[in-house]
Amino acid sequence: MQAMAYARTVLLPVTVTVLACAAVLAVASGAVTARNRRAGTGLLVVAALTELAVVAQLVVGISQLASGDHDVSAALFVAYLVGLVVVVPLAVLWALGEPTRWGPGVLTVAALVVLVLVARLHQLWTGTGA
Amino acid sequence: MPDERVDRPRSSSGPGRILVAVYAVFAIAATGRASLQIAEYFHRAPLAYLLSAVAALVYIVATVALARGDRTSVRVATVSCSIELAGVLLVGIASYVDRAAFPDQTVWSHFGSGYGYVPLVLPVVGLLWLRSVRRSSPDVVR
Repeated sequence: MQAMAYARTVLLPVTVTVLACAAVLAVASGAVTARNRRAGTGLLVVAALTELAVVAQLVVGISQLASGDHDVSAALFVAYLVGLVVVVPLAVLWALGEPTRWGPGVLTVAALVVLVLVARLHQLWTGTGA
Repeated sequence: MPDERVDRPRSSSGPGRILVAVYAVFAIAATGRASLQIAEYFHRAPLAYLLSAVAALVYIVATVALARGDRTSVRVATVSCSIELAGVLLVGIASYVDRAAFPDQTVWSHFGSGYGYVPLVLPVVGLLWLRSVRRSSPDVVR
């Protein structure tokens, strides 16, 4: 099926990139918190990369939804995609207001939320546990 | 609060920063879930979905109160965390005892197992945090 091929060549790489970025963000920000440092430029770069990946996922996800014949609740799926785009910027704003180790801790929470949301997105897409 | 000389609300700084972030996530998640349940298939499990809405409201109030952190807000946050703890315990027990009333998941059913039991841990952490906030910033000027 054409949709399956598209899913393998586009959807999977985007999902993997999002997961990788979020995982790096979780580990890096967790390490900064553990070492009792403030959030630095490095963390912000990782957060920005994660956001880019999530925006790409939004675009790919919506185009997939529009073209495919998937049995997915469109509103719910788009809500998750949009929610994912909002999480990291809000977390960065909230984190920058905290000049202690707990600032990067907020980014850890955000990264974990991204991982959970992507997992739910995958469940919705494949129709398991929805 | 005119007698408060702290620059930032104590309940939302330090570790409280993370607590507010987690509360915000649950406020949004519960609101989203409750809205969908009530709008799309309310008849399926009215009790469970109304409780979803109550949970969402409690999370919103707790998030705002913890983030604001003035004296009244700390009191409001304490009340909402207490309601939240009671809610997750009661709904948790009820969802095991009377399965028929809970054919679908809510944030609090099965003690929040669908959310990694965070809904059970969160109010406890919240109440402990609020206690330490009250102790370290008494009502007198520092």
